[in-house]
Amino acid sequence: MFSGEATERRLGIVGAGKAGTAFARAAVAAGYDVAISGSGPSDRIELIVEVLAPGARALTTDEVVAYAGVIVLAIPMHRFRQLRRDLFAGKILVDAMNYWDEIDGVDGPFATAPAGTSMLVQEWFPSARVVKSLNHLGYFKFEKSRRPRGTPGRIGMAAAGNDRSAVAAVLELIDILGFDAVDAGNLESGLALQPGGPIFGAGHSAKELSSLLSREAALLPAN
Amino acid sequence: MSNAQDIEFGLDSFVPISVDASGRELSGDVVIRNTVEEAVLADAVGVDSFNIAEHYRKEMMDSAASIILATVAGRTKRIRLGTAVTVLSTQDPVRVYTEFATLDAVSNGRAQLIAGRGSLIESFPLFGFDLNDYEDLFEEKLDLLVRMLRDQPVTWSGKFRSPLTNQYLSPPLPKGHLPVWVGVGGNPQSVVRAARYGLPLMLAVIGGPPIRFLPLIELYKRALDKFGKPLQRIGMHSHGLVARTDQEAADIQWPHWAHVFENAAAERGWARPTMDRFQAEVDEGSLYLGSVETVATKIAWVIRLLGLSRFDLAYATGRVPHEQKMATIELYGREVIPRVRELLSDPAEEPAPRDQSPASANARSSSV
Ligand SMILES: NC(=O)c1ccc[n+]([C@@H]2O[C@H](COP(=O)([O-])OP(=O)(O)OC[C@H]3O[C@@H](n4cnc5c(N)ncnc54)[C@H](OP(=O)(O)O)[C@@H]3O)[C@@H](O)[C@H]2O)c1
Repeated sequence: MFSGEATERRLGIVGAGKAGTAFARAAVAAGYDVAISGSGPSDRIELIVEVLAPGARALTTDEVVAYAGVIVLAIPMHRFRQLRRDLFAGKILVDAMNYWDEIDGVDGPFATAPAGTSMLVQEWFPSARVVKSLNHLGYFKFEKSRRPRGTPGRIGMAAAGNDRSAVAAVLELIDILGFDAVDAGNLESGLALQPGGPIFGAGHSAKELSSLLSREAALLPAN
Repeated sequence: MSNAQDIEFGLDSFVPISVDASGRELSGDVVIRNTVEEAVLADAVGVDSFNIAEHYRKEMMDSAASIILATVAGRTKRIRLGTAVTVLSTQDPVRVYTEFATLDAVSNGRAQLIAGRGSLIESFPLFGFDLNDYEDLFEEKLDLLVRMLRDQPVTWSGKFRSPLTNQYLSPPLPKGHLPVWVGVGGNPQSVVRAARYGLPLMLAVIGGPPIRFLPLIELYKRALDKFGKPLQRIGMHSHGLVARTDQEAADIQWPHWAHVFENAAAERGWARPTMDRFQAEVDEGSLYLGSVETVATKIAWVIRLLGLSRFDLAYATGRVPHEQKMATIELYGREVIPRVRELLSDPAEEPAPRDQSPASANARSSSV
């Protein structure tokens, strides 16, 4: 169960692509009630959800946001500024997006983002409680690495955010989804979770994650 | 899965800048002429199709596929000539039609296309398109291309180009004659779109275990059914290299594979390549690399697993020299393909219950 305000086992996912449907499958398997949306009306993704994430419900983005207290944002990075800035007001927003210029185009702010792209997401959605997580494993690796707590060799997943109770809720989500949760610190520290960072794509244990992340933090001028 | 004899075995090329035996990079024009020779050899050794990709970057010479293909057409009689993929989003479908209908004429009916959104987006700024229109561009252009191929004259209007009114395009093609596949990388909406148009599906695989595509194939079949479209073929494109022994194949490919992924690691922040990852791609992933028997066994396995009726080998990753590519093509055509067909026709190997892929019914019904 979530701590704090997210007491129900509900999860919203915005983005019904490779990553979004993989998160939805995992969450359904972990016992969540899951709602998921694409960029259009829900009937556009109904079949996709039925086949790729059976048990989840296909809704519009507004309905998904209304449905759950924790929302995973899994759309291409160059798209999030199409969403209303107050859309996620008060919600825990798990930013699972990665900037990759081959997909997102060469975008100066994303490419340089000295404090990480999640800071830009937080700026765009000022009233959302942004936590960077679920981004640093490929969707297939994410899915096939899920294990019950205590399984030897279980791998780690990190979360970074400024709203500490939001981070706590996401750490719990991570554990329930099947990974050892690692608190990576404040939202700026999310930089270390990005492509090019020390943990991206690798599949480390929680212990390795923590030590890589603290080594990285020592290098960050802001910390 | 189709009857083993009807499965199409292709070769796909990005026309990559390669090195010579001394490790020196060849110039682009030499690479293009070498590619023509590779395609001519593919024809001679019995490969079913030769397909060229589309990029606009300094390490790939595949930015004008139809010209290379037309040259190959003049030197071959049998092999099908196509793209893998045409980045339709940033092309004018009318131009694509005229080029490939002309290719079809000079090759006596051997042209084919795979249309895709493109996984890399360098063509958007190059041709002045907005990445925010990524989806809409592909949708609109696929719609127009399919209409021109299915029924002329065409009356059409859209957002991104001038309308057509009772327009005939030359050279004319018999209705539905030129096969167009839709290339997808794993995005479910793209799979549904292919089904909505009733077009065959080509899975472009860059790595990882092929079993991850099973759910997408299920989605494709369900979507075809929902849209009331007849069953279609399903193909897959994957990387590989064939040599006399597994060890020789690995020795040839590894340094070039590592080079490609070292660059990707530097540019994109991917994990750096290791021998372990390379070996894992060979053993469980999507590298079809090794001796004739190793590669044939793996191809036969994936064809059965996914119910494929087309398999394209993206032969050699990175800067592998021309001579070693020629050797791969020779082995692929003369030995691997016949061996895969043999493995697939062996009833003892037949999985039960018999695979129910839509393609079983009719292998060559993939045209538009
Ligand atoms: N692929 C992975 O392994 C992976 C792993 C971790 C994180 N990520 C990150 O997750 C994000 C999505 O990646 P992906 O691979 O899943 O991409 P994808 O397969 O292309 O899917 C993108 C999804 O986003 C939806 N979308 C686009 N604009 C939207 C909007 N304005 N509102 C709602 N939905 C919208 C699309 O819906 P429509 O089709 O309806 O437009 C589509 O369902 C990226 O930022 C990526 O970096 C990916």
